[in-house]
This record gives sequence, C-alpha cells and structure tokens, in this order.
Amino acid sequence: MAAPMLRWCCPGRRFAFARVGCGSCHRRGPPTGSTSNGKRGQSSVAQQPHITAQKPRKGEPEWAAVVGLEIHAQIASNSKLFSGSQVCFAAPPNSLVSFFDASLPGTLPVLNRRCVEAAVMTGLALDCHINRKSLFDRKHYFYADLPAGYQITQQRLPIAVNGSLAYSVYVGRKPSQMVTRTVRVKQIQLEQDSGKSLHDDLRSQTLIDLNRAGIGLLELVLEPDMSCGEEAATAVRELQLILQALGTSQANMADYEIQRQINELENGGEILNETRSFDFKLGCTVPMRDKEGKQDYRFMPEPNLPPLLLYDSGSLPSGADPQQVINIDQLRERLPELPRVTRQRLVQQYGMLPEHSCVLLNEVGLLEFFQNVIKETRAEPKKVTSWVLNTFLGFLKQQNLAVSESPVTPSALAELLDLLDRKAISAPAAKQVFEELWRNEGKTPAQIVAEKKLELLQDPEALEQLCRSTLEAHPDVVMDLKRGNPRAINKLIGLVRKATLGRADPTAIKEVLERQLSS
Amino acid sequence: MLGRTLREVSVALKQGQITPTELCQRCLSLIKKTKFLNAYITVSEEVALKQAEESEKRYKKGHSLGDLDGIPIAVKDNFSTSGIETTCASNMLKGYVPPYNATVVQKLLDQGALLMGKTNLDEFAMGSGSTDGIFGPVKNPWSYSKQYREKRKQNSHSENEDSNWLITGGSSGGSAAAVSAFTCFAALGSDTGGSTRNPAAHCGVVGLKPSYGLVSRHGLIPLVNSMDVPGILTRCVDDAATVLGVLAGHDPKDSTTIQDPVKPFTLPSLTDVSKLCIGIPKEYLTPELSSEVQSLWSKAANLFESEGAKVTEVSLPHTSYSIVCYHVLCTSEVASNMARFDGLEYGHRCDSDVSTEAMYAATRREGFNDVVRGRILSGNFFLLKENYENYFVKAQKVRRLIANDFVNVFNSGVDVLLTPTTLSEAVPYTEFIKEDNRTRSAQDDIFTQAVNMAGLPAVSVPVALSSQGLPIGLQFIGRAFCDQQLLIVAKWFEKQVQFPVIQLQELMDDCSSVFENEKLASVSLK
Repeated sequence: MAAPMLRWCCPGRRFAFARVGCGSCHRRGPPTGSTSNGKRGQSSVAQQPHITAQKPRKGEPEWAAVVGLEIHAQIASNSKLFSGSQVCFAAPPNSLVSFFDASLPGTLPVLNRRCVEAAVMTGLALDCHINRKSLFDRKHYFYADLPAGYQITQQRLPIAVNGSLAYSVYVGRKPSQMVTRTVRVKQIQLEQDSGKSLHDDLRSQTLIDLNRAGIGLLELVLEPDMSCGEEAATAVRELQLILQALGTSQANMADYEIQRQINELENGGEILNETRSFDFKLGCTVPMRDKEGKQDYRFMPEPNLPPLLLYDSGSLPSGADPQQVINIDQLRERLPELPRVTRQRLVQQYGMLPEHSCVLLNEVGLLEFFQNVIKETRAEPKKVTSWVLNTFLGFLKQQNLAVSESPVTPSALAELLDLLDRKAISAPAAKQVFEELWRNEGKTPAQIVAEKKLELLQDPEALEQLCRSTLEAHPDVVMDLKRGNPRAINKLIGLVRKATLGRADPTAIKEVLERQLSS
Repeated sequence: MLGRTLREVSVALKQGQITPTELCQRCLSLIKKTKFLNAYITVSEEVALKQAEESEKRYKKGHSLGDLDGIPIAVKDNFSTSGIETTCASNMLKGYVPPYNATVVQKLLDQGALLMGKTNLDEFAMGSGSTDGIFGPVKNPWSYSKQYREKRKQNSHSENEDSNWLITGGSSGGSAAAVSAFTCFAALGSDTGGSTRNPAAHCGVVGLKPSYGLVSRHGLIPLVNSMDVPGILTRCVDDAATVLGVLAGHDPKDSTTIQDPVKPFTLPSLTDVSKLCIGIPKEYLTPELSSEVQSLWSKAANLFESEGAKVTEVSLPHTSYSIVCYHVLCTSEVASNMARFDGLEYGHRCDSDVSTEAMYAATRREGFNDVVRGRILSGNFFLLKENYENYFVKAQKVRRLIANDFVNVFNSGVDVLLTPTTLSEAVPYTEFIKEDNRTRSAQDDIFTQAVNMAGLPAVSVPVALSSQGLPIGLQFIGRAFCDQQLLIVAKWFEKQVQFPVIQLQELMDDCSSVFENEKLASVSLK
C-alpha cells in the first residue's frame, strides 16, 4: 500500500542519499508506469532519478551528488503492449479498454511486435547488447489503476543491457566550452503502463480511467554517472532526441512535460547539496521513510508469455514465418541518422558552430525548418543559421511559440533571405520585412518590400547626388572628420541613409562618401 | 438415446432418428430430474434450445457442421461464456457475466454443439472433491446406481443409506457427473493437478488432459497458468478424440499454444500391441494405494503383456517431491492470479467505502473461501523477496527434475506409462470432509499432478467396478504432443476391459424417492 500512496506526494521521482560504501545507487520506489499518477497527464516520457551523495575527499565540499535515472518512455505504437486496444491521446475515458486491459479473468497477454521492435531499435541506438532471449515478470502491488494487481515488466532478463548515452554539456560561461559526457545505460525493459486515477477530494472518490492501462513503455535505467541535475536534464533531453529520431516514442506530445521535469530536476539538483530527501508535495525536506523502501513486489515469471526470442541474420531459423520472428540485423539497417551524427553533419556541411547545431536539434521542428529554408534560398548557410537561430528563434521565444506555430513559413524566410542575398534590400530593411511577415497578413516579402518602398537605391547617380548634398549641408561634420574624429563618418552615413529613407546600403554609402571627401 | 456415446448419437442425428431439439429437450429434462446431483450451477436452457433450433435447420438443409452439430455439451463454470454467468463457484464471481467466450467454448459452438449449462466445481478449481464451492458439493451419480446400491445392501445395514452419497472427485466433478448421468455427451473440465482425470476415474468416464500448449487456455479462469489445461470428459475414448480434434491448435489469443497446425483426427483401432512398450513407474506403488486399485493395475499390465506388448518397470525418481513442489508453484501463481479480484472492474464488491484499501480487504475476505485465501497467503509468502530463492526458484528446479524424469523414461523407449489415476474408488462425502482441502488435494493428486508439471498428455480410462460396485480408473501418460498415440493405446485398452455402463434406470424413471432422501440427508448433515 505504501508505494501507491507515495506516488501522490512524489510524482515520478525519488531522491536518495547514501554515504559512500553503503552502495552507490538505491533503486527504490514504486513501479514504473504507475509512478506516474493523475497529475502526470499524457506524457510519453517520465523519469525517476535516484541521487546518491558521496563523501568527498578532504578539501572538497561536504557532499557530491550522483544522479542515476529511470526513464519511462511511452512507445509510439497504434496498439497497447499486450492487447489490441488502440493507443490514442485524449480519447474519452475508458473508451480504449480491451477485456485484457480491464483484467477480465481468463484473458491472456499477446506481445505487440511493434513494441519489441521499438525496444530493439532504442537498444541499438544506445549501443546496448540486445539479449537474444529476454523474459517477462509480474510485479505485484495493489493500486486502483492497476487492474490485474500486477504489472508485466522485464525484471530478470530485459531486452537490452549495457549501453551508453553520450551528451554534451557546457562547462563555464562560454557556449563554446562544450564537453561530451557519457552515462552508462544499465538496461532497457519493456513494460506496461498503468491506468489513471483521478482523485476527487471533495467527494472523496477516485475515478479510474484505463485508457492508458497497458500501453507499452520503455524503461531505461541510467547508471548514476551524472553529477548534477543539469547533467541529468541534458542526458534526458539527448535521449528524447534519440527516441524522436528513431520514432520509437512520440516526444512532441511530451514536450511540455519534459520541460517541466527538466526544470524540476535542475531545481532538485540544487536542493541536493543541502538535503537528505525531498518531498515534492510538501515542498520541503523530510527524513526518508523506511516503509517504502521495504515494499516487496513479489516478482515472479509471467507464465503466459514464452521467452521473447530475437534473431540475427545468422541465427534466423530456416523457414521461419517472417511475421513470427524479429531479425535484429534488419532493424539495425532501418536505424535513422541519430542526433549526434546529425549535429556532426550540420557542422561539416554548413560550417556552423557545434553549439548552433545543438540548438537546431533541441528545438522541436527547428532543424526541419532550417533545412527547408536552406533548400529554397541562395543565401549562405551561415546567413541562414544566423537568421534562424537569432531572429526567427528570438521571435518564437519572445512569444513562447513552438516552431509549428510560427506565422513565418520557411519559404517566406527563404524569399526574404534571397532579397537580402542579391542586395535588393539592406539588412535593417530585412529585419523590418521580417517583422511584417510575423504579423502574418498574408503578404510575401516582395510585396512588403514594394509596399514599404524598402528596396535599395539601385541608381548610383542618385546616391552620388544625395551624398554630395549631404556633405554640403553639414560642413561642421565634415570639418570634425577632417580634424581626425573617426566616428564622424558614421554620422554622415546615417544622414545619407535618412535621406534615402533607409534604402541604401551603408557600405555603399561609405564608399561614395570617402571617394567624394578625398577628391 | 441418452445412454449412447457422442459418436453414436451423432450418427443418429445425421440419420434423422432424432432431431437436435428432441435430444436437447431430453437432456434438459434429465438435468432437471438429476438436479439433486448438483452437477450444474447454471442450466442455459434457452440458449441450448435456440442452438438446437439452429442446428435442426442445418440438418434439414443437409448442411450439418460435423460430428458435434446438435450434440449437448456442458462446460465447467471456470470457462468464460459470453452472456452466461461464470462463477468459479465463488462469491467473488457470483453474478459475473463475461462478455466473451473462452476459445474452447467458441470452437465447440462453432461446430454446432449445444451448451446445456455450466458445471459445478471447487471454488476456483481448488480442490479434489468438488465439495468446496459456494453452491455445495457435487454428488456422484454412482451413489444412485443399481450396481452400488445392490452391493451396499449386501454389505451394510444402514437405514439411511442415501446420507452416504459419494463425492465425484474434483475439481471438475460437475462435468464428470454431468457426463456420467447422461445429461450431456461431452463436457469440458480443467486440469491443473488432476482435476479432470480424478473425477473421471471416480465417475466412470474418460478424462483427457491434453498436452500443455495443444489447447487454448484463453477464457479459462486460471488456477496455475503454467499447468492449467482444458480437459475433456466423455463416455468413451473415441469421443474424447473427436472433441480434442475440434479444440486442438494454435490460438492467437494464447501465446503458449503451439504454432503447428493440428488436423481433426479419428483414432484407428489398434489390433497389434506387440510393438508397444508400456512403462510401469515403480514410485507409483505407494502404501496408500488401495489393494483393489493395485490389483487392477497389475491386471492391466498383464493384459498388455499377454497381448504381446513389452511391459517394463521404470523409475521416475523425483515423484515424491512432486506434492510439495506443486504446493509452492501452485500457491504462488494463485496469489498472483487472484490479485485482480479487487471488486473494482467486476465481481463482488463489499459495501465498505472507508478507503480503497479497506474495500479491497473486505471484498476479498467476503469473496474468497478459506481454501482460496489460504493459498493466496502461502503463495505471497513464497514470493517474498527473502523467500523467493528458497522456495519458488527451488520448486522450479524440482519441477524441471520431475519433467526430466519423464523425458528420460520416454527416451529409454517407453511409449506410454500406465499408472493408477486415484488411490481408491470414490468415498462418501461424510468420510471425505474429515480431512481438510489441503490434505485431500495433496493425497488425491499424487498420481496425476506430476504430469501437469511436465506438460504431458494423460488420460484416465474406467477399468472395472470395485467390490463396492464403484468405478476405478487407470491412467495412461504419453509423450508431449503425442496425444493421438496416447488415445490409440487408451482406445485399445478400453475395448479390452469392457467397463460396465452405469445403471441409473431407477433414477431416471422415478426420482421421487431420491428427492425425499435428499431432504433427509441435508437434515442429518446439520
């Protein structure tokens, strides 16, 4: 009973401290899928850090934190892990519940091939050893949203083990100081999610929604190789990118949740230095409760599922029905480009800084946006990178919008950058056009340029004329310049620009002015 | 007509000697007459008559679905039946109406069989007497047979002879009694440690436990998932083969069923047994074995030998560990399987709404009997982290040793093993309840449960009547997935022994005396 109750005060995470020598990482707490409660919402990724602290050597601060993580990612699949029920976000309560999901007596689990493939692909992407034989176990505890009274998971022999996850963190203040860290992946296991309990405190009732019950989860156990909440958050973000790239988990749905949890993790990381245990509900530190640590899940083998056997091209039994066997080598061939490789490619192909490649990948949809702009414009990749990362992303952030919600399409930005590239408009004018585009009045950049008369002064004779009259009208500034004030030229340029209504390129103005002054 | 075998009545249906509706009505009428046997928990009269009507239409058009079309059958009340209450003889599932059919039930219905009703059992199939369900004990039809009554008159001078009615064995006692009393032509039981074979032996019918994985468990409310197998109870071996032919094969809803296709089969009649090797496991000769059963066992062995078969003593050295090993594995799985009965989604729910935990506790206290709760408690103890290695893991290792015993014997050239099914013939209820359920289950499963540990096919065939006029069965055990070969040998043996038909004429003609005595019996029990 203890574990389910615990889930209320501590949604989805555990903190534990131990002195060195007492064993490093304490895996505790309630079962996975169910770690999430009603508050969790429809997230596809949830994690459970176990943080231990090590007694430091002399001269160092008192404690050093060690963070391990248990991450639960909802597998992107049309149906549940062991039943044919549909998986669908925001369906009416209890509308996606098969007889098996409701644990009707006599029903049996039938393993979903898609979920196994997702686990294998994730394992391959994380350099795991894929177990050719893995087993399913029952993990028992009573909770209202766990209809069978047990969760089917892979405790003894999971589908994948001994992998690693590389992630980059900033050290110091400068963004260029990035280092790659690695966290070991202990195991990846397949397991069922639980249903949702909705507690109505007013009527002291609990309502159960079983739509989520039985959805396939990947539980990824990361060894306590991380040293702070920020590292943990970065590792989780990297993992999320990998799952997205693989398509094994729909990460976009969980974006909000991820961010929320990352924030909490980072906050948690700070709290660590001072506390022994943190209670999320009370919002304060509390002594650890022994009772919960002793929760006995009475694991036993799931007798209704034979061992899960996987093959490679060498071990594939001859004459096997392809529908009945899973070939690891075939899945390996289907692996898409992973985020780390994508970033390397961006750096090489477009000459961008590594941290820029990180930003492009970290924002959902931004890479695709960038690539679409690149495809349609003749502007330099560096220019495109700068515009996408500074201007475009800046606008998004300011209004707290996702890339998919942007009023500016990749084509519009590409067109704008083309205008800039062939010097039809000046850089400041381009900014102005962008602002107009953001207002989303259905106009193309060319239309805006024409309407606002923003095109650069193309007639050299007219520019010569304007420069000459400006010099004549401001002898004091010219004098100032001749006395050796280098900044006076800028003032002149500004005056000319004003006269051209901003339609002349400052570089061109400067050229003309200098020539006229020296003659 | 009702005394015929399934095959015989199937021929009669095809030849138009009787219509499915007539047959159905006769069975229903006999079910009513034999209500005091308590073989049925639910009689699905309307469903059966409707199915009979459909079947009749098919026969009229000449589109019969096969041997089972129009045949009355019964199903143990732990198989899910769509729209028909499925109780497992437990308060926990009283009033529970499943929304789906077990695969085996669906397969029978797809073949045109008529579902007469759901048969009685021990609560959640936990027992060996069919005495421990909430609907009361099942009475063995042989208690009312001419054969038994005549012997009793000779042997005893008891005035109140009907208070000494006999148990059916269990836990599929209702199904065995239903077939034995001619209320249906075949019945489904379940067999986890002998629950089909044991009552079959006590009720003088054939009880087949197929190989694990040959028949789907989908819809069978589990006792021990790794040992449960749907069982078949019929009046002769051929009938069991017919039903098995319909039920066997892969079920996408049960991942433990074999992938290979299985075709319906008919059993050839064996004329020559000289190429057969029959093994007699010496460990099955226990001190508790009644002399009558022992003597019939040796006679059977001699019969094979005299007909030219090779009969050889073999050893299954780990047999004696089977009981305790079974206890650990069975209770552990029970503890797990019973966890779902919490009163939330279906079944009994107590009135208490103080808290979810209080509701669970009261619901389970009210819903399960002592036997079930006792097994849950033991099972949870064995599964505790601190006990798991010492009990569950060890029991699994012993299970492997027991299974290997059989493998070794079959590898040594033995085709089929011949053993007793039970220690003795059926005992009176008053005698049976002197021991508790656990003791009885341990004693009564002694010859049958090792087979479940090994997943082998086994069949109990009625051999002869005891000196008391009660049936005694012997068990044949076959190689895994050699169910057909097993049945061929059983069929040959059945033909040799010519087991007598139960004489229930008195019972069927006039039940008034029985009903009166029934009242007396129930009074005297209190």
